[in-house]
Amino acid sequence: MSHAAATHAAEGHHTSMGLDSRKMAFWAFIGSECLLFATLISTYLIYSHRSLQGPYPQDILNIPFTSFSTFDLLMSSLWMVLALAAVQRNDMKWAKVWLMGTVIGGLIFLLGQVWEFSHFVEHGLTLQRNLFGTTFFVLTGTHGAHVFVGVLWLFTLWVRAMQGKLTSKNAMTVEITGLYWHFVDVIWIIIFTVVYLIQPVYHG
Amino acid sequence: MAETHATEHPHPTAGLYIRVATVLFILTVLEVGVFYVPTFHPILVPALLILSVIKFCLVVMFYMHLKMDNRFFTMIFGGPLLLAFGMAMALMFLFKVFVLK
Repeated sequence: MSHAAATHAAEGHHTSMGLDSRKMAFWAFIGSECLLFATLISTYLIYSHRSLQGPYPQDILNIPFTSFSTFDLLMSSLWMVLALAAVQRNDMKWAKVWLMGTVIGGLIFLLGQVWEFSHFVEHGLTLQRNLFGTTFFVLTGTHGAHVFVGVLWLFTLWVRAMQGKLTSKNAMTVEITGLYWHFVDVIWIIIFTVVYLIQPVYHG
Repeated sequence: MAETHATEHPHPTAGLYIRVATVLFILTVLEVGVFYVPTFHPILVPALLILSVIKFCLVVMFYMHLKMDNRFFTMIFGGPLLLAFGMAMALMFLFKVFVLK
């Protein structure tokens, strides 16, 4: 790649409005993801209280544990923006630290979800058991899959940073990764409220 | 490219990010607190929804930079978000979710 081509690639492509086309496309993708999660959340709200047999949400949901997972994901969002700020000022030492922190935050969340799911299965709640199980596992499992993709994405960025291939010229790449990670976070904010905090009270 | 510079603004500082995280932490503690205190149960649903909307807006505005970025990004995100909200509300009305026992 010539120097001019490499410079152009690092700066990214811009639309006729002067906006980065990758960022614009990613916002459109996030918009489409809103529709996906809206269908899953509304399906959960419609069917979760129509189970003919237990366990029911109030029997099984662990609010203190999920509150910790929520706190963990919020902190990982903070570390993500701190990583972006470090990349933008070309402070790669701290960028690596914050990127790895975000990866670890995501992994802790995923491990918590694995523990939660296995705990539920031990108590008889499976995907086939009742409508609550079906809609709960599909909703939170889809969110967990998004977190898993985010962790992989962040880890590849961290590897590139360790190889010296991530600099302030690639700040837009980090920003787009951050957009994905924060979107996963805002979806969890809604899931935590609607599934964990509101539902048990109305079922109880 | 001049147009790009005219529409893009600098991102917040690390200090602002930490202040937003502190507010998000406090709001999460409030959410869990409201859930456990029986006095708040009559207003639980509106209180929790308001708190989560505030958290949602804080993350989108400051961490996803919509407050500083070009408004076109807000439109690209806000349009489908409103559509998604309307669709979810329509589905829940159709399936009588709001008829509580």
